[in-house]
Parts: sequence; structure tokens; C-alpha cells
Amino acid sequence: MANMAQAIRMALHFAEQNLGVTDVFGEDVGAPLGGVFTVTQGIQTAWNSPLDERGIIGYAMGIAMAGGRPVAEIQFCDYIYNTIDLLKLAGSMHWSSAGDWNLPMVVKTPVGSGIRGSIYHSHSFDATATHIPGWKIVMPSTPLDAYGLMLAACKEPNPVMYLEPKALLRIPGEERIPGEPEEPKALSKMIDAPLGDRSKWAPQWPALSEFEVPLGKARIVREGSQVTVVSYGRTLPLCKKAAEALEADGISAEVIDLRTLWPYDWEAIKASVEKTTRVLFVNEDTEVTNFGEHLVRRTVEELFYRLSAPPRLLAGKFVPGIGLADNLEHASVPQLATISDAIRTLAAEEP
Amino acid sequence: MNEAAAPSKPARAKGSSAALPLPKDLLVRMHEVMVQARALEERLIQMYKQGHGYFWIGGPGEEAFNVPLGLLMKKGQGPAFDYLHAHYRQSGTLLALGEEPIGALRQMKNTATDPYSRGRNFAGHFSKSVWNIAPVSSPIEVQYAMAPGTAHVQKRHGGEGITIVTGGDAGTAEADFASCLVWSSRPGNELPILIVVTNNQWGISTSAEGQHGEKHIADRGKAFGIRSKTIDGNDPVQSYLELQEAMAYVRKERKPFLLEAMVSRLYGHSSASGANFIGNETDCLAGYESYLEQHGVLGRAEMEALRKKWVEALAEMARQVREEPQPEGADIWKFIYKDRE
Repeated sequence: MANMAQAIRMALHFAEQNLGVTDVFGEDVGAPLGGVFTVTQGIQTAWNSPLDERGIIGYAMGIAMAGGRPVAEIQFCDYIYNTIDLLKLAGSMHWSSAGDWNLPMVVKTPVGSGIRGSIYHSHSFDATATHIPGWKIVMPSTPLDAYGLMLAACKEPNPVMYLEPKALLRIPGEERIPGEPEEPKALSKMIDAPLGDRSKWAPQWPALSEFEVPLGKARIVREGSQVTVVSYGRTLPLCKKAAEALEADGISAEVIDLRTLWPYDWEAIKASVEKTTRVLFVNEDTEVTNFGEHLVRRTVEELFYRLSAPPRLLAGKFVPGIGLADNLEHASVPQLATISDAIRTLAAEEP
Repeated sequence: MNEAAAPSKPARAKGSSAALPLPKDLLVRMHEVMVQARALEERLIQMYKQGHGYFWIGGPGEEAFNVPLGLLMKKGQGPAFDYLHAHYRQSGTLLALGEEPIGALRQMKNTATDPYSRGRNFAGHFSKSVWNIAPVSSPIEVQYAMAPGTAHVQKRHGGEGITIVTGGDAGTAEADFASCLVWSSRPGNELPILIVVTNNQWGISTSAEGQHGEKHIADRGKAFGIRSKTIDGNDPVQSYLELQEAMAYVRKERKPFLLEAMVSRLYGHSSASGANFIGNETDCLAGYESYLEQHGVLGRAEMEALRKKWVEALAEMARQVREEPQPEGADIWKFIYKDRE
């Protein structure tokens, strides 16, 4: 099955062929590298930009203003912070001009820990991104969702922040991308650029078809009755794995993949929490003014009398960075064991 | 930069329109829009001082450059036409394009009828997509980062449409100005963009003298192979001719041009610094009127009548705007997203 990097690559190919994407660009996005995570290999409209994040975001805004449809990449979200006021400007342009302008643009950027990226290749961006109104913010946890969310993002008339959980980019999916060949190695031969000289290489794209994951729709990954676990990105598969293992101990956890952080699927959260009466929000961004805190607040305000226990948040420690050593990274962001413990504790909590 | 505001082109035979550097009707048209722009800005200042607006910022003192710029723009929507990524001192350009001045008054009064932001943004923050006028925003540098993007689409589109970006001298210290120079001059991907700096030698209360070591901001273009020039932006004739040449180059060669226009800031930075007339700055309109009179293009009485006409017209518009409704609080939820078609 395709991994997430291949899935996004196929989505970009589909989007440049069918959805009017005109420019896929950023640092090392074009040939010969095709992106530091190989996500843009073989993309016809991909090109290399100067090493200038503000320039990249501003340029994307200009392309979108003039009728193009850009997908711009910031190589690691750790380097997106010097563009914050441009992101705010992009998010406010439709509103501040009272509907006169809109920006059909996608900004994609790898986020989070999991590749031993140390202090400046492990940042998360979901807490900051969800502080910027006017954007739609997505974060897939499977290759198929990555494909479907990218197609939806490329149809949007508004700016979309597409967060790529870098720890999951190389993990093969469990579901086939529509059009993906059945033989597991066939896809790699078709669309992965060879090592060495690539000057004569061209991808052989499979016959891909339309598959859209609508923005704003969560997915119930696993049904359960005692605890709701809401997550996205890198921590989602860990939540699923923890829930599966806890079944043997008689703990029934429902796992929801939020997929879109803004606008998010409150109805899905609400329906589940009303059923289970316990909820744990899990993500790996730093825990102070974390997006999960907003979800906790809304749960308290709207579902307080339905709850059997306080809503909980398990997130990254509020420390300045993620250290390189295994022990430092593990102590900084949720791991399988900490997620399991959090679910177990919440399931057992009584007033 | 010329010390005097009078045009630097040599004066020819007095009263002879044949010897004028530009057609007489164009000189008259430029004057009329400059008067209109000045009267508009002075009315906006008055509205602020009378409590009919919370904040004023604008471009009195830049008319001699901004009006010719608007007259030379290719007006329309889409990449075949010119894009303008302006800063907040550009009313003269908008009026030269044919914009009705009452819109600026509505924005000053933050009415629901404000055509640029429906009461959301400051005065001088124009937006008009049907003429490719990008929304003006208060950060003084971001337009330099965005503008190459529209020029990129125009380069691919072909034709004669260009992108114009304007900003002040102080804002060139920001990284986005460097981004603009880099992205506009990528070898093999040079962009059809006119990069304008209107240099009034001030950033709010801080003089450029103690902050900028470069002799001319235009010199920064040289390092990138960008054709560059510093001109007297207080001279409308010189501005027109230089803009005409620069824009023709950008339109035809599809390459960038950096134009630095030395201008005045006649009422200070904004209402935050009092918005009072600064007597020791060159007044481009006064200089131009002397020139027109001296060359027999317009008489003093005609020009005074024109000024009176616009002062009165704008006063009447201001009275009208006062009666118009403010936006409802519930409007904050509108236009967060555009609906997908």
C-alpha cells in the first residue's frame, strides 16, 4: 500500500492534472530532490524557490490573487514562524476586504516529532495554526485521508494549512488509494525517483481517480463505549493501538480522528462523548494554550452534566524544544505507554 | 532630488503649449486629480479632527507621483491588466484610475457602505478586485512579499499586464523588500514588476538619516541586475515621464524595475502625529500650480475655482456619509470564508 508521502504525491499529481493546481513550490520541492520527504517527486508544476519562507508565503498569496492555485511548502514547520503575520494576512484577506478578495491556496508543512529531529525539526504547529482565523487546517493520519484531504484542500477557495505528520510519511496505509496498483512494489517502481542521476527519470502515474475527504468531517477509527479518545496526526495511530490493547483489559475506548482541526467536527465529538461520558484529547503540541484546551473548554461548557469524569488533555510538555536523545523526545511528547495510561486512568475515574 | 518642486524639464516658451513636455490636456488632467486627491485627504483629516473617524493615514504630499502612476496603469481585472499592491498613501492613484472619492470618506467614517472593508479597516486601506487593487494592509512591508506572486502569473500569462508594488522608505528595512528584489530577479524567471519606493525620509517620527546608510534605496536594485532609478516624485511631469519609461520597460521586457521617488509627507505620518501641515516640506501641488500658471496652461483663478469646487463637493459628501449606517455587530461573522462553488 502507498505510504503517506506517495499518497500526497499522487494527490498533487491528480490536482495539477484535474483541479487547476498551477504551482507546487518551496525549498527543494522541484527536481532533482522533489522535497526532503520525497512528497513532490515527479510533480510537473513543482519548482525550487529561494530559501525564504516569507517569500514563499507571500508569493503563494500573490499567485492565488491572480487566479493561480498554488501549493506552497515550508520545509519544516519549525521554519514557518517568521511568516506568522503573512499567515494572519492570508487568513484575514477575505474578511478585511469584506469579501472582495479570497485566496485559494494550500500551505503544506511537515510537523511534529518522531524522526529524532531535535530542537528545530520536531516542532508542532497545530496550536499556533488554530490561533489564526480564516484558515482551514487539516492533518491526516493515514495515506488515504492524506490523499482525500489534499484533493479537498485543492478545491477550496480559502487558504488551507495542510499539516503533514512527518513520523507517518513513510508508513504504508491499510487502504488503497483509488487507482493504486495492487502489487505492493509496483507503485514504488512507478512513482519513486531513483537514487543517483534523475535527469532522465519520469514517473509513471497510475490511473488515479477522485476521492475527497470533506474538510470538517472527523472519522470514527474505532468504536467503543467507555472512553472517547480524540486525536489527529502522529498520535492517532498510537491512540488506536492503545485502545486495541486495552480491550483485553476490559476497557472499551472509542477513537476519533479529527482530520480537520478547523473547522472541526464538534458533532462527532459530542455524539461520542454523550455515549461514553469520558473524553481524552491527545496531541503533541505544547500543552499550554493548546488546541486540545479549547476542546476541553467546549466539552466542559456544553457537555458538563453528561460527563462522568473531567475531560483530559494529554499533550506535549511545555518546554522550549524537543531534545535529540531518545529519552528527551519520549519525555516531551505522548508515547504509546503514556496514552495507554491516560486512557486506563480516565476509564477508571469515578466521582 | 530637485530642491524646488517645479518640474526639472527646461521651461520652454511661456504660454506655448506646443513646447510643453506633455500634452496640455494631460497636464490639466493631472492637476485636477492632484487637487481632488489633496482635497480628499484634507477632508479626511478634518473628519478625524471633528470626530467623524478614529484614525487618519494617507498620502498628501505624494500626489505628484501617485496621480501619474494611476493615469498610466492598465485598468482591469485579471493578469492581462496591472495589479497594484499599494501602501496606505495611495489615494491619488485610486482617483486617477477613476475611483469615486466618497468611498474613502465612507471608510474613514467606518460605515456599512464602506466599499473597501465595510467599516472594518482604516482610511486609505483600499481594495478593489475588479481593478486588480490588492487590499491595503497596515503592515508596511507585506505587499513587497505578495507582489511577485501576481507578477509570476502575469509572466506566465503573457501580454502587457504588470504588477506594481509601492511602499515607503522606512519599510524597505523589512525583510520583505529584500524578498521582493530576490524573487523578482531570479535568473531566467525575471518578473514584470515595477517596484516603487516613495521616499519621504521618515518612518513615523524617525528620520532616515540615522537609520539608512545606503545613499539611494534604488541602489539596492543594482546588486540584482534590476534597472533602477531615483527621481523627483514632487514633480508630476518628471514622475509621469519616468513612470512611462519604467512601465514601458517592464511591460515589454517582462523584467523588474526599481523606482525610488523622493516625495514629501505634508501632514506627518498619520493622525497619531497630529496630522498638521508641515510647512518646511515641499508642496508638490503648489509647485505644479506655479508651473502651470507660468506656462500658461491654467490661470490662478481657474485653479482656485477648481480647488473650491472639490473642497465643497467633498464637504457635501462628508455630510452625506455622516448619515449612513454603521455595520451591525453581527457582521463580524460575515466573510470569514468564501463558500465553495
